[in-house]
Amino acid sequence: MKKTTELFFSFLKIGAFTIGGGYAMIPLMQQEIVEKKKWLKPEEVIDMVAISESTPGVLAVNFATYVGYRVAGVWGSIVATLSVVLPAFIIILLLSTVLAAYSDNSLIQAILKGIKAGVVVLLIRAIVKLIKICKLTPFNIVLIISTILVSLLVKGIVFYIIISGAIIGIIYGLIFAKETFKA
Amino acid sequence: MKIVWNLFWNFFLIGLFTFGGGYAMIPMIEEVALRETWISSGTDIYGWVGIAEGTPGPFAVNIATLLGYQNAGFIGAFFATLGVILPSWIILVLIAAFGKKILETKYATAALKGLRPVVIGLISVVVIGLIYQNLFQTSLDLWNLSIKGFDYFSLIIGIVVFGVSLIKIKQKSLSPIFLIILSGLLGILFYQVVGI
Repeated sequence: MKKTTELFFSFLKIGAFTIGGGYAMIPLMQQEIVEKKKWLKPEEVIDMVAISESTPGVLAVNFATYVGYRVAGVWGSIVATLSVVLPAFIIILLLSTVLAAYSDNSLIQAILKGIKAGVVVLLIRAIVKLIKICKLTPFNIVLIISTILVSLLVKGIVFYIIISGAIIGIIYGLIFAKETFKA
Repeated sequence: MKIVWNLFWNFFLIGLFTFGGGYAMIPMIEEVALRETWISSGTDIYGWVGIAEGTPGPFAVNIATLLGYQNAGFIGAFFATLGVILPSWIILVLIAAFGKKILETKYATAALKGLRPVVIGLISVVVIGLIYQNLFQTSLDLWNLSIKGFDYFSLIIGIVVFGVSLIKIKQKSLSPIFLIILSGLLGILFYQVVGI
């Protein structure tokens, strides 16, 4: 089989069988990409995750582009990216066609209302996970609280808040962690 | 055609400004979707956030496809999805081609130190806003608080799902799909069976 064909089917499988995307994809990727196809060495997976985390964008696409490029260059990265998103694209298209036809249905409305209540719990879980990753240092606590206050008081400035976060991180680094900035 | 371009461009920006995957995207999507009137009220999107969480594939792609389709059919879905994945692809190809040197500057690491807490704060605001919307059926506006029409069912469902989410089986937390299905079923039970 050609490398690109193999990439297509591997990433199609990864896209179709991971629910929730991103991090949920890592175990299946390890199995498929490292153990079965041997496209990456185990330690390269850590590299891939680190790079994907420190660059913007959709994690799953970052992973797919990274592996696809390593295996078969630019074409490989295109094939891997498109195939990892294809299952999600098709499933949501089908679901939204069906739901659009029944959107006034009271049963569908009841289900969506229930899900809205339950999603709060998933979001809280995500926050807890993120806090565990970045730790509650005084710097982080101040930044978290001021983000909450600012965005509650002023609407429509999410993009600016994100940019400010990056700038504050850099300024903080320049002032308090000078040694890491040397060389 | 304008709406298709809007979908593409706004999802491109969302993709470009997302750090740390899926959930970090929600505050931006909510803001853009309201501004561009892709959704009529802030609450509309969260039923879908749950569905996106319970269906295969990357969260960002699910939401882009959905909002694209609802506002401009298949073409809209296609270009919204293309928009959200393009920044990732371009950046990772550049890194792969030119080596990770361009990334390993101290500035990227430092910027990330500031970005993480900000993302946590933004998602917290989503949670606060969503709880408020669920309970009072209107979006949270600190300058104009309303406490009419308290929805007990939503509170009960939230508490039950939270309780269940604490259960661990063989030290593993329950999967999000299970919690989403449970929420949907509780929705039927409370809004359809118990109360009209």
